[in-house]
Amino acid sequence: MRIDLADPCLVVLIGPSGSGKSTFARRHFLPTEVISSDFCRGLVADDENDQRATEDAFAVLHFIAGRRLAQPRLTVVDATNVQRESRRSLIEIAKRHDLFAVAIVLDTPEATCLERNRARADRAFGPHVVRQQRSQLRRSLKGLQREGFRRVWVLRSPEDIDAAEVRRAPLWTDRRAEHGPFDVIGDVHGCYAELVALLRALGYDIGADGATVTPPAGRRAVFVGDYGDRGPDTPAVLRLVMAMAAAGSAICLPGNHDVKLLRKLKGRDVQITHGLGQTLEQLATQPPQLSEQARDFLDGLVSHAVLDDGKLVVAHAGMKEAYQGRSSGRVREYALFGETTGETDAFGLPVRLQWARDYRGAAAVVYGHTPVAAPEWLNNTINVDSGCVFGGRLTALRWPERELVSVPAARTYYEPAKPFLAADDAAPPAGDEDRPAFLLDVDDVAGKRIVQTRLARTVTVREENAAAALEVMSRFASDPRWLVYLPPTMAPTATSQRAELLEHPDEAFAEYRADGVPHVVCEEKHMGSRAIVVVCRDAVAARERFGVDSAETGAIYTRTGRPFLESPADTEAALSRVRAAVDGAGLWDELDTDWLVLDCELMPWSAKALELIRRQYASVGAAARAGLAATVAALDAGAARGLDVAALAAAQRGRIEHVERYVDAYRRYVWPVTGVGDLRLAPFHVLAAQSGVFVDREHTWHLELCDRLTAADPDWFTSTARRIVDVTDAGSQVAAVAWWEELTGDGGEGMVVKPLGFVARGRKGLVQPGIKCRGREYLRIIYGPEYAAPGQIDRLRRRSLGRKRSLAVREFALGVEALERFVRREPLHRVHECVFGVLAMESEPVDPRL
Amino acid sequence: MLLTITTTHRPATDLGFLLHKHPGRVQRFDVPFGAAHVFYPVASEECCRVALLLEIDPVGLVRRGRGASGFALAEYVNDRPYVASSFLSVALVSVFKSAMAGTCKGHEELAGTAIGLEASLPVVPARGGAELVRRLFGPLGYEIDVTPIALDGQFPDWGDGRHVALTLRGELRLADLLRHLYVLLPVLDDDKHYWIDEDEIGKLMRRGEGWLAEHPERDLIVRRYLKKQARLVHPALAQLDEALPAGADAEDGADAAAREEQLEERVSLRDQRLGTVQSVLKASGARRVLDLGCGAGALLARLLRDDYERVVGADVSVRALEQAARRCKLDAMHDAQRERIALLHSPLTYRDKRLCGFDAAALVEVIEHLDPPRLAAAEQNVFGSARPRTVVVTTPNVEYNVRWETLPAGSLRHPDHRFEWTRAQFATWAERVGAQHGYAVRYLPVGPDDPDVGPPTQMAVFSR
Repeated sequence: MRIDLADPCLVVLIGPSGSGKSTFARRHFLPTEVISSDFCRGLVADDENDQRATEDAFAVLHFIAGRRLAQPRLTVVDATNVQRESRRSLIEIAKRHDLFAVAIVLDTPEATCLERNRARADRAFGPHVVRQQRSQLRRSLKGLQREGFRRVWVLRSPEDIDAAEVRRAPLWTDRRAEHGPFDVIGDVHGCYAELVALLRALGYDIGADGATVTPPAGRRAVFVGDYGDRGPDTPAVLRLVMAMAAAGSAICLPGNHDVKLLRKLKGRDVQITHGLGQTLEQLATQPPQLSEQARDFLDGLVSHAVLDDGKLVVAHAGMKEAYQGRSSGRVREYALFGETTGETDAFGLPVRLQWARDYRGAAAVVYGHTPVAAPEWLNNTINVDSGCVFGGRLTALRWPERELVSVPAARTYYEPAKPFLAADDAAPPAGDEDRPAFLLDVDDVAGKRIVQTRLARTVTVREENAAAALEVMSRFASDPRWLVYLPPTMAPTATSQRAELLEHPDEAFAEYRADGVPHVVCEEKHMGSRAIVVVCRDAVAARERFGVDSAETGAIYTRTGRPFLESPADTEAALSRVRAAVDGAGLWDELDTDWLVLDCELMPWSAKALELIRRQYASVGAAARAGLAATVAALDAGAARGLDVAALAAAQRGRIEHVERYVDAYRRYVWPVTGVGDLRLAPFHVLAAQSGVFVDREHTWHLELCDRLTAADPDWFTSTARRIVDVTDAGSQVAAVAWWEELTGDGGEGMVVKPLGFVARGRKGLVQPGIKCRGREYLRIIYGPEYAAPGQIDRLRRRSLGRKRSLAVREFALGVEALERFVRREPLHRVHECVFGVLAMESEPVDPRL
Repeated sequence: MLLTITTTHRPATDLGFLLHKHPGRVQRFDVPFGAAHVFYPVASEECCRVALLLEIDPVGLVRRGRGASGFALAEYVNDRPYVASSFLSVALVSVFKSAMAGTCKGHEELAGTAIGLEASLPVVPARGGAELVRRLFGPLGYEIDVTPIALDGQFPDWGDGRHVALTLRGELRLADLLRHLYVLLPVLDDDKHYWIDEDEIGKLMRRGEGWLAEHPERDLIVRRYLKKQARLVHPALAQLDEALPAGADAEDGADAAAREEQLEERVSLRDQRLGTVQSVLKASGARRVLDLGCGAGALLARLLRDDYERVVGADVSVRALEQAARRCKLDAMHDAQRERIALLHSPLTYRDKRLCGFDAAALVEVIEHLDPPRLAAAEQNVFGSARPRTVVVTTPNVEYNVRWETLPAGSLRHPDHRFEWTRAQFATWAERVGAQHGYAVRYLPVGPDDPDVGPPTQMAVFSR
């Protein structure tokens, strides 16, 4: 006997003890596919035959079976299963996971069973047990199919069992092996002329008979269903799609109208409404074979299709993630009707739950069923029913190109019950009342997350980091709609061994050289705070592109996403200054955009950190100066008495010198700010605009654009001084080192060294996007006022950079990914996931001095 | 870090005997955190001055892991090497041990005699400023010179920092001076560099003997000295009470009562608020209730005593939830009780499906902690998505703030409050939210309903 299994499914072996179930299972299935009750008894009670553990053992068995089907994986249950109750719970589990349960019965003769059991020491139960099991089995045999098994195979003898052959085939919905490319076509509803026009627009050739279609090389059409009803020529449409399906050039899915027509063609009693009347009239004029062919065709349609390695799912009314690739009554209902509440609205139409709004699946779902004014992506789903029969358009989605191609309806064939082109429906999908698009779900960010990024493949965000970030994000950060990017942390250069220095450019150059990066840019490190500026051309652009509902025209936020300036009015004032400079530099047109994301330094540092400078830095400076002055005075008095305190006094004088330089260091970061006009902005990356994310441009491109902003408003913008360095050329490096020494000699913060090409890859993946090389004086406010003193600096050299460097790369990948998703108009939660990931990584404990 | 002690006792150089340190020598002592040097800048018959110079190793300090106030670099950029703190206390015990004990072989009488002494500390961190310095040292009979130190001469508008220069003069035993400094310098600093346990009570009792029990700032001294750890502070205060002569606290009675009244008033507003919320929830007939922004669980603990089928607290702070779990004693609950309650880590501004299916929700003093632009997300989450039949919202009534004398005009009640609303503002918000999501709104006062400015806390009850 040949046993054809739909993979995945739940295989229930049925047979008394000694019937050969385990042997059968071993022969036909992987060891991991088989769960036996004996094994589970062993798991919970250390004894495979401990009958007292049966209940707990089955709880474990059911749990494992459920988890495997959730995967989904083919699963075989090896237990006697002769009682109806035990089978019922297994069928229940399969149903819950929308997969078939099938039964394989091993009806081995009693004598054989008894003989086998006798041969085994651990089966010391009497013959009555097997007898009773067989009688229970015999009573069950007839009703097995009715119990809910999709298929039942009965093997009646040891010979039957030996001869049985098990084959597997994917579920009908599973067409992952088919890669297209595809053209997914929306609801046709008998609009034959438009269908032909659309196919032609897609490059398909329509034969003279009007039904033979030749697709462009390699392409296939996928129809979301609803071929007939309401429109002018359902028979011609049916002929065409049936011919395409038969020729293998189309995958056809059923729509709710098709199912109703099928029921009618099968002779059932259905209400002749919603355009079915037209279809029946049109079919009546055709030869009767057409109706028969249509019946057989429609009867063979499978609820939905999972295509292209699981990247694309097509279903008539949509398909939630949990149902994709599965098969059950409710999956079919879902495919045909979508998710409805069971209520009807003012137009008498069913109220639909917006499943797409909550969709978080990895596969793109293309569907139709409910006409929309213009197909739009929402959470990786798109409705391509643009209401052709109602006078809209017939639309196709080209996959994997994700391009929309459509043709207009020649006229309105049918008045919609609800005006689907009404203005409010035409607005982009903004969610609905109980779930506006801006309301992110805690499931979008909480828990351990694995984020796919283009630059670094996957980045894992640990659960406790996500929990920490959740608090920061929800209590302190700007509106998530503005947070399209957070900058990565930046590691310092490897520790220098030079006297009195912890950091020096040579180490940074050497590192890039070793990573195969010949050219780097050295950028002056500004003495301010990191600021991300998101600026829109006007409030309309802000509303349309960022979906904000206020009059804001952008945002300025810190590296942890907090609003940079306290008052919204100040933010707008600063934004209008940025906007004017972008106008002046002509960047809107040049970058073909009405919004920009700039990576900047906003100065002075005291604008953001005055309290910190006062309370921490100045306070330490004041204490140190007062304390050391008194100490030196006391020592001088002692020396005057002839005490031998010369060494002590010299040491204390040396400390005073360090402290004075420390005070100078923090003072450079302070200048009075009375309003936005006193701030200075130094942009250094033009991160993204509508035309793209500019990580494919060299840093010189970014800096030149930034220079043009400075030129447009030299009073408020500051340019970034830089040097391009060839790290294979000694002279070039020496010049850069001299420049760095000049920058830092009088207290400058230092410089950042970056690969000229923005993104660079070395042998271990991404290389550091930037390495900072900080000045000796500046580091006093990081490592402490006297860190450079001889006794101290050598101990500070032992610092470990590994974690910081690893974070820098992962955060960089996440930040770029966030921008790329935003530019691709992916949903907010997808952008937010990456930004949130950056913030989460920042809660990882690292040495704050790095 | 420098301490000098000067005496005008004749012969002044007797100071050397008292301290067991010869005025002609410069001595160095190792201490766990660096080195201490003792020398005499002045040593004559008329005047003798000893200097204790502490060299604190800042790199060594880092390993001690002082988790200071939200400033990540505080371990590295700090005033510890320059100021008189608990490091000095430790150095005093180690370098001037016998002087502090009041023993002086061969000079017993001198050690037991009050002599003219002057202690000078160029930099003392004083949380509480010059005023607290006077309150601490004044009752001990010192003449006090205290000068706040300016933060930075280049920025005069920054004013003074928390450091002061301090000189104390008095007629007393040297041992007493050292003990006063030993105890009170860390108290002024309000910090200690080391981990403390029960032994710390013993140290305090030994060095506070004879002066601490009757010190008017006794409670503050004990609390700060023991790092505000209740498990240490209470036994220490009890020991000091025993040391008091009977009836000594009578004069303090009136003061204490006033303090308590103030405290009670505070407690009672909070109590009234929670009680009112409790009543409203009960009256709503809810069986399943949510406490959104439950914090450390004050309301949750009360709700658990009512007979709800399910009580769930949600908060954005993991730490707050841990406190709530402790407060509600989740660990000690038996299964049936435990199943009634759940704590969720959930921020109000993200939709959370786990909040669906409840009859009532309370947001007690929560909305004012959200930035106004994020309030819309919280509204959607609570009224649009979770949609319990009853929602109770309380928030401060900013109009009432003028009734609190201690609150500076125009300031909010809590530094994290993003806004505080007038009654009209609150009503506008509540009406809009109610209309938008189909809830009727009524209002209840919490606390005394002042005829001019209304109650201190305002409450809106939404129902549908």
